[in-house]
Amino acid sequence: MKITYPHMGNLYIAIRALLLKLGLDPVLPPPTSRKTALLGVRHAPEFACFPLKLNLGNFLEAREMGADTVLMGGGIGPCRFGYYAEVQREILADLGVSMEMVVLEPPSGDWVTFKTRTRSLVGDCSWWQVLKAIRFAWYKARAVDALESKLLYLRPRLCEPLQLEAIYREALRRVDMAENRRGLDLAVSDFLKDTRGLPGKSGDLLRVGLVGEIFTVLDPYANYDIERHLGLLGVEVTRSIFLSEWINEHLFGGLFHVGGLDHLKEAASPYLNAFVGGHGRETVGATVHFARQGYDGVVQVAPFTCMPEIVAHSVLPAVTRDHGIPTLSFYLDEQSGVAGIVTRLEAFVDLLEARRKKRLKEGV
Amino acid sequence: MIKVGIPRSLLYYSYFPLWRAFFTEMGAEVVVSPETNKAILDAGLRSALDETCLPVKLFFGHVLALTGSVDYLLVPRLISVEPKAYICPKFMGLPDMLRARIPNLPPLIDVAVDFSRGTGNWENVLSSMGRLLAGDRRLIRQACRSAQAAQSLFQEQLEKGWLLPEALNGAAGERGTERPAPPSPGSGRLNIALLGHDYNIYDEYISMNLIKRLRSMGARVATADLVSQAVIDEQAGTLPKKLFWTLGKKMIGAAFAFCDSGQFDGIIYVSSFGCGPESLVGELLARWVKRRRGIPFMLLTIDEHSGAAGLVTRLEAFTDMLLRREKG
Ligand code: SF4
Repeated sequence: MKITYPHMGNLYIAIRALLLKLGLDPVLPPPTSRKTALLGVRHAPEFACFPLKLNLGNFLEAREMGADTVLMGGGIGPCRFGYYAEVQREILADLGVSMEMVVLEPPSGDWVTFKTRTRSLVGDCSWWQVLKAIRFAWYKARAVDALESKLLYLRPRLCEPLQLEAIYREALRRVDMAENRRGLDLAVSDFLKDTRGLPGKSGDLLRVGLVGEIFTVLDPYANYDIERHLGLLGVEVTRSIFLSEWINEHLFGGLFHVGGLDHLKEAASPYLNAFVGGHGRETVGATVHFARQGYDGVVQVAPFTCMPEIVAHSVLPAVTRDHGIPTLSFYLDEQSGVAGIVTRLEAFVDLLEARRKKRLKEGV
Repeated sequence: MIKVGIPRSLLYYSYFPLWRAFFTEMGAEVVVSPETNKAILDAGLRSALDETCLPVKLFFGHVLALTGSVDYLLVPRLISVEPKAYICPKFMGLPDMLRARIPNLPPLIDVAVDFSRGTGNWENVLSSMGRLLAGDRRLIRQACRSAQAAQSLFQEQLEKGWLLPEALNGAAGERGTERPAPPSPGSGRLNIALLGHDYNIYDEYISMNLIKRLRSMGARVATADLVSQAVIDEQAGTLPKKLFWTLGKKMIGAAFAFCDSGQFDGIIYVSSFGCGPESLVGELLARWVKRRRGIPFMLLTIDEHSGAAGLVTRLEAFTDMLLRREKG
């Protein structure tokens, strides 16, 4: 069995670790590119979400590399993600591509169900081996998060952001290659060490919170490198959600009891008082949270037609009215253009700067 | 008399008889927004978020048409009406979206309807609504009973072949009066299954009189409402994975039943531009219908810019093709 899985930012690192530890033979699709997107768009429904299209492109590219099985996440709605795999399976079938789909439906924190559902994956592995594989994948995800958040913090602060990015890529490679926890810790601590001495800029930074649908938040291809553009404009970006949180929630059914996103759900009220699928409620909560923390603005990203994020976006004017935090929303798909995105970001950053100056003058 | 406003939009089409009977029995005056017209649509387009789907924009328009003239607005938070399935994220956030975007909204009756865990029922929902209006327990219980009677009458009429708007009128008649016999099936040569969410296909303005047009082209039109819930559940139960959208399930279950009956010449599926669930359901349906039966399938996507001329052209092309097939 040659098993592949879709890209979502640096997710590939954690999943590769998981599959290797389970004794499987993963086939990593090439990094998502224009070609991937076009391939997905050609065969996917026109109004399906952007991630579904990119996934499909990933599968077809992995197929060319010999993959015969696809590992996909599942879900129970109401967000469309839970039905992606079903649609993708039918599309592949109609294309005459015979790839088997293994869908990881969210287990409800129950190991036995998890193991039976994933029998074809875990094969003869003992419980203990499965547990160890999951734990190791989890540590990898945490290491990735550590690198990414440091990158977001440093990028606007350093004179040579490109140099920083090179060091980051090397650290990421080491995390990917690491075979044990020691290797992971070392990769992270070396990254911190290597970046410490780099010459920095002075001055007050604008701070922006990044919220929205998780795939577009985590995947630089899907969000047209929005974090990077903001960073290079001198803005410190803070994400509302990181890879490890998604993995824990979607693949491991909340097995790891790390502080969840409950505080964001609470912060969403009174603006959004119910679960609306996906992370819509967290988007609103995180916006309130960033406002309370004194952030200058919030950027929301979502796939075009994403329902939970449209609901969230619909109520954001009320958050802005009460908390005075400006927001900017992007709906992304294959037709978005990077030039337009950058122009809107620049205008937003100008606005935030003007607001900050005005507030300083007024002494608030 | 307390005035309760009900927007003629979204799940009005599925639950109006229930809601109307309940509030009337509670002693309230039920005020329904006018049928969709350009002014209502334009008002909706102005106040709803651009990125949302046409039906939700239209809902905003209907709410605005009632704002100012009613004491309460009925906007239940419709999360789920059956176990393990939802309507749509936008229904779940409807009250919040309205509150954030429409100033001077009358108080909302936004009781949550959530049967997803297999618990909860309309009686509880209605009782909570009744308590909001400060009705006494006996009155509420009695109103619940009438409401449920009205709703089952409505359901019965649909399964007997009444088209939903006709049944809505029928249900609006006085209780106890004889139900007229179902209309004759018509004399059309073509049998067409028309699928789509109720709030699209039965809103004459939005659907650009689709049903009437089809009939005048000599087609007999059947909709998913003809198919009983049991058959829908059974048909949709054949899917590899349970579909977790109630409306999508209804479309797919009905389409399968229509395919199996062997009585239909073609299927028309109406979908709103920007509708999330339908972007996947429509796609799956097109593929499955093709594989199962090879019945011709046409997807009509409507948005605020759709024009009647384009619709007529497509309908004519489709019906012509069906007629040629029939001859061939
Ligand atoms: S089901 Fe589709 S059309 Fe209806 S409210 Fe949801 S997204 Fe809009």
